[in-house]
Amino acid sequence: MPSDSAWAGVVLAALRKHDVRLAVYVPDKVLIPLIDGVHADPFFTAFTATREEEGVGICAGAWMGGLRSILMMQTSGFGNVPNALASLAVAYQIPVVMLVSERGSLGEVNVGQVWSSRVVAPVCDALGIPHQTIERPEDLAFVVDRSIVQAHATQTPVVLVLSPRLTGGKVFA
Amino acid sequence: MTATLSRIELMRGLTRILRDEAVIAGIGNTNFDLYAAGHRPQNFYMLGSMGLAFPIALGVALAQPQRRVIGIEGDGSLLMNLGCLATIAMVAPANLTLVVMDNGVYEITGGQPTASAQRCDFVEVARATGIAHSAWAQDTSDFVRLVQAALERTGPSLIGARIERGPAIAQPPRDPAQIRDRFMQAMGSRKGFGA
Repeated sequence: MPSDSAWAGVVLAALRKHDVRLAVYVPDKVLIPLIDGVHADPFFTAFTATREEEGVGICAGAWMGGLRSILMMQTSGFGNVPNALASLAVAYQIPVVMLVSERGSLGEVNVGQVWSSRVVAPVCDALGIPHQTIERPEDLAFVVDRSIVQAHATQTPVVLVLSPRLTGGKVFA
Repeated sequence: MTATLSRIELMRGLTRILRDEAVIAGIGNTNFDLYAAGHRPQNFYMLGSMGLAFPIALGVALAQPQRRVIGIEGDGSLLMNLGCLATIAMVAPANLTLVVMDNGVYEITGGQPTASAQRCDFVEVARATGIAHSAWAQDTSDFVRLVQAALERTGPSLIGARIERGPAIAQPPRDPAQIRDRFMQAMGSRKGFGA
């Protein structure tokens, strides 16, 4: 189990490499090192959306204007986005790259998180959106790099789920 | 309470003063009217994702700070996503203008009253979120004047218009890939195949 946030540095490097300059997020505790990272580097424009589907709209508009983006959220928040993905990102062939912190598994204490986290994979499958759950640190750079490339080349959204095996997950006192 | 204005006349008035501005129009009559007023390649017409016209416009505005961007949303759509006004006020893009077409009903689903038919005042909501330049248009020429002033201002603005009810006179083709690609070519973010 990783005890540091080296994973966030790997993601930040991939974002910089692929000129992903806009970072929109609905906060999540596990994502703090990534959120702090995009705010600390003037390469990125970073801010919160009030809801996840609002973030889908912002990222879709940015890409149509020529600006690449990343949309970050936790699994419960992903439950807010199916209509925006179906009728905007999928219908218009817009590559919205989503990084989703997995709650609801491996030590979750909040049952509300457990059920909402289970919608991610079925929603992606129903909409034909590629999704990867990243568990091993040695996979992270490769999967993030290739997923950003494929999303933009094929104009398809992509969902990358960060497993607690990778991030350590949310630790409950 | 301001006068009830003609939707198509407002949209024609807006279209007449446009140059290379991007215009993002929400689902239903908002984008039907924009199309009916005269198609331009810088127009983006939505087919779903109710409530996301302003967020999409914010994204375009961030991507192209040198271009003016206008988002046009209906009352029912904006009520679905009022939080986006707070986001826009926070981000404070210099080049974004928001237009709310408010007829107090969900027109496309049969005219059920929206919350704005009674109490909700979008101009007051926008001001409260921090979009200081927010105003109701008193008539069509006032609407055009407010849009023109917003396009010349640094910072976000919101213009509300209390509009009539009724069906649109034309609708854009429902071809999202074509809508998106033509829009991107007009934005300069996509090269076409050539002639």
